[in-house]
Amino acid sequence: MATPDATTLTDTGWQDTGKGQVLLIACGALAREILDLKARNGWDHLDLVCLPAILHNRPEKIPEAVRDAVERHRAGYDAIHVVYADCGTGGLLGAECARLGVEMVAGPHCYAFFEGVDAFAARDEATAFYLTDFLVRQFDAFVWKPLGLDRHPELRDMYFGNYETLVYLAQTEDATLTERARTQAERLGLAFERRPTGYGDLETTLRGWAAR
Amino acid sequence: MSDEEDDLILSDLNDEELVEQMFDDLYDGLKEEIEEGVNILLERGWEPYRILTEALVGGMTVVGKDFRDGILFVPEVLLAANAMKGGMAILKPLLAETGAPTIGKMVIGTVKGDIHDIGKNLVSMMMEGAGFEVVDLGINNPVETYIEAAAAENADIVGMSALLTTTMPYMKVVIDQMVEQGIRDDYIVLVGGAPLNEEFGKAIGADAYCRDAAVAVEMAKDLIARRHNQRAAG
Repeated sequence: MATPDATTLTDTGWQDTGKGQVLLIACGALAREILDLKARNGWDHLDLVCLPAILHNRPEKIPEAVRDAVERHRAGYDAIHVVYADCGTGGLLGAECARLGVEMVAGPHCYAFFEGVDAFAARDEATAFYLTDFLVRQFDAFVWKPLGLDRHPELRDMYFGNYETLVYLAQTEDATLTERARTQAERLGLAFERRPTGYGDLETTLRGWAAR
Repeated sequence: MSDEEDDLILSDLNDEELVEQMFDDLYDGLKEEIEEGVNILLERGWEPYRILTEALVGGMTVVGKDFRDGILFVPEVLLAANAMKGGMAILKPLLAETGAPTIGKMVIGTVKGDIHDIGKNLVSMMMEGAGFEVVDLGINNPVETYIEAAAAENADIVGMSALLTTTMPYMKVVIDQMVEQGIRDDYIVLVGGAPLNEEFGKAIGADAYCRDAAVAVEMAKDLIARRHNQRAAG
């Protein structure tokens, strides 16, 4: 199946269901990575439902969206796993998943689990602004437009004045994405660092779930 | 009609019309117009404190209300705040000279590990507009900074801000340390930031969670008044 485009994953979500016995309910920002891992490892028993990634701009809505998806699909699967970290919900998603009896990915957010939760925490970088492959592709939808910088570029330093570096956590080797990320750093007035992460704890977690 | 004919001459407006126009200009984030409006009112003999409360804070209250109701969003609020800041910059030295009333003193800062200051800056500005003296500790503040500043400034209120779910637990570190030092009740502790909620505020032992700058001002006024009443009764 073709990888869905980033705009669909951002705004509407996407699903590939009806084939496996185990369902992954994931953030749309992780679809490409999950599909790649599925294909490479032959995890055909894992179905995938992606919720709109733009929920990240209103994280308080994530627990309810996940709950609805779990309840909607529960009858059709042996097991359901949630491919979100805390993602700005302040523990509310974890509480919801515990109530629903489903597992989720450990860590505060995808930046942490791509790099490895412990390694990320050890860096203790308060002045880094992170992007992933997905966010580089969807920079305007997640950063530039919601902050009003398309209409009011003069606000840039009010948002980003205390940041120092844009750190591109790169899941893949892609020269085009790297150049885009570099340009985005320039647009935000930040230094640029590319940090290759691969899929980090995402891969480890999915591997564990797939093997059960 | 030409643009020239469209231009409104602020100095042609009477006081009431001018204040009303300043509300609109603040809403639209027009800094230069706000600065001009402030200067006109000063020339007409308005007290700086009156300009601050009636024209600027009054206008920002409308902005805050529409933000709360989902009519305005963060970029528009920032533009409005920037315009108000322009007006405040003119008024601040004059307020100091004229001995405008101060209803309390607040030290405020973003907690350790967090560099986000938009919310904190808005609260600082609105608190100043409401007659509080504000000492801004900036970003990334460890517990010692809050406690030392609160003591050194003889503050009534300690304000803490955080934007990240990973940094907001640090507010409890500060409050726990205040309890341990036996100074918790010397201060009103207000907390705020996008990922917080009332439950969190209660759980960490803050006096109040403030969902936005307008609420922070109301909470601060209310809690200061209660403290005065308690002291008077005691």
